[in-house]
Amino acid sequence: MNSFGWDWSYAISTLPDLFSGLKLTIIATFFGSILAVLIGLVLCLVRMAQIPVLSGLASFWIQLIRGTPLLIQLYFIFYVLPGWGLSLAAFATGVLALGMYYAAYAAEIFRAGIEEIAPGQWEASLTLGMPIPRVWTGVILPQAIVAVIPVLANMVIAMFKETALLSSITIMELLAQGKSVGSIHFRYVEPLTMVGVLYFIVSYTAARMIRRLEGRHAIQN
Amino acid sequence: MDDFAAFQAYLPFILKGIPVTLLVAFLAMCVAIPVAFILALGRMSPSRSLNMPAGFVIELFRGSSSLVQLFWVFYVLPFFGLELPPLAAGVFVLGVNSGSYMSEIIRAGLNAVPAGQREAALALGFSPQYRFFRIILPQALPLMIPPFSNSMITMLKFTSLVSLVTIQDLTFRANMVASSMGDSSSIYILVILVYFGLSLLLALLGRFLEAIVNKRAGRSISLFGSANPSRIPPWALGRSG
Repeated sequence: MNSFGWDWSYAISTLPDLFSGLKLTIIATFFGSILAVLIGLVLCLVRMAQIPVLSGLASFWIQLIRGTPLLIQLYFIFYVLPGWGLSLAAFATGVLALGMYYAAYAAEIFRAGIEEIAPGQWEASLTLGMPIPRVWTGVILPQAIVAVIPVLANMVIAMFKETALLSSITIMELLAQGKSVGSIHFRYVEPLTMVGVLYFIVSYTAARMIRRLEGRHAIQN
Repeated sequence: MDDFAAFQAYLPFILKGIPVTLLVAFLAMCVAIPVAFILALGRMSPSRSLNMPAGFVIELFRGSSSLVQLFWVFYVLPFFGLELPPLAAGVFVLGVNSGSYMSEIIRAGLNAVPAGQREAALALGFSPQYRFFRIILPQALPLMIPPFSNSMITMLKFTSLVSLVTIQDLTFRANMVASSMGDSSSIYILVILVYFGLSLLLALLGRFLEAIVNKRAGRSISLFGSANPSRIPPWALGRSG
C-alpha cells in the first residue's frame, strides 16, 4: 500500500463493510421518518386544536426540540433515560432521537400545508354542513398532506445525512463503519472518502428524483 | 462526592464551553456569509466557468453529511500533508457547509427583486457595481433576513458537532463531565436549556434585525408575535365564531 495518493484496491476492499453500514443508515432513516411523520402530525394537530394546557405544551416542545442540537438530544436519550427506567438499545435510541427531532420539523411542515389550504375549501365544507372532524379528515388533511409530500421527502433526505450522528452512540452505521475500517488499517483516506461518496450518491439521486416528481406534478396541474 | 455537589463543582467548567460554542458559531458564520454570496453570485452568473464550479461546490457540500465532511477534513487532509488545527477544521467545514445552504437563500432573495428594477438601472446607465450594491442588494436584503436568522440558529446547533473533533465546546464539556457522574441528567438538562436559551436569543436578534431593516424600508413589524394572520377559520379549531 503506497502511503501517498489513492489506493483503488484498498478503497474497493472497504465496500462490503461500508455497504453494511449504509444498510443500517437507510433502515434508521426509514423508521425515523415514519416516527417523525406520525408524531409530527399529532404534534401539529394538538398544537392547532387550542386544547388548554396541551396545545401550549406542544408548541413549547416543538420550539425546544428545534432550538437544541440533535447530538445533545441523542446523548440525553442514550445516557439519561436509562437512569429514569427507560433503557433502549443503541439503535432504538438513534431511531427515537431522529424521529423526535424531525417530528418537530414535520409538525411545522404540516402546519404550513394546512395554512395553505384555500379559504374556499373551509367555506364550502361549512356550507355543506359537514361536521368539523369530518372537514379535517375528509377535506383539509388529505389535501394538506399530499401538498407537503415533496417537503417531507426533502426532510427525509436531511435525516438520511444526519444519521451520521448516530455513530457517536456506538451504532455501526455508514460513518462509523468508515472510521472503524480506517482505524484498523491506519489509513482514513479511502474509507472516509468512500463514505462521503456513498452519502452523496444516495442523497443526490433522491433529491434529483424528488425534483423530477415535483416537476411532473406541476405540469399535470 | 454526591451528584449534586459534583454538579456544582463542575458547573464553571461546563459553562466555560458557552464562549467556545459562541466563538465557533460566530467564526463559522463569518466564513459562511461571504462563501454564500460568492457561491450564489457564481451560480447566477451566465458564464459556465463560474456557475459550474459554484454549482459543484454547492451540490458537494449539500449532498453529504456535515459530520462526514468534518471527519474528512480532520482525518483525511493530514494524509495529504494539510493538518488543520481542530478549530480551523470545524470553522471551515461548518462555514462552507452552511454557506452552500445559505447561497440558496441569497439566490432566492436576489431573484425576488422585480426584473424592472434591473432593467431600469441598466437603462439609466448605472455601472454594474452600482446596480448591484445600490439597487438590487438593498431590496433583496430585507427578504433574506428571516431565513438568515434561521440559519444562525441552525449554525448554533451545528456547532455541537465540533465536540466530536476534540474542541471543548458546551457539548464536549457536558459529555466529559457526564461520563464521570452516576446520574448525568442534571448536566444534560442544563446544557439543553443553555442551547435553548441561546437559540431564543438568536431568534430575538433576528426579529430585531428584521425590524431595523423594515423600518428603514418604511414598514413596521412587531418584535413579538407572528406577522401574518392564520387563514384557518376559528370554527375549525373548536372556537366559537
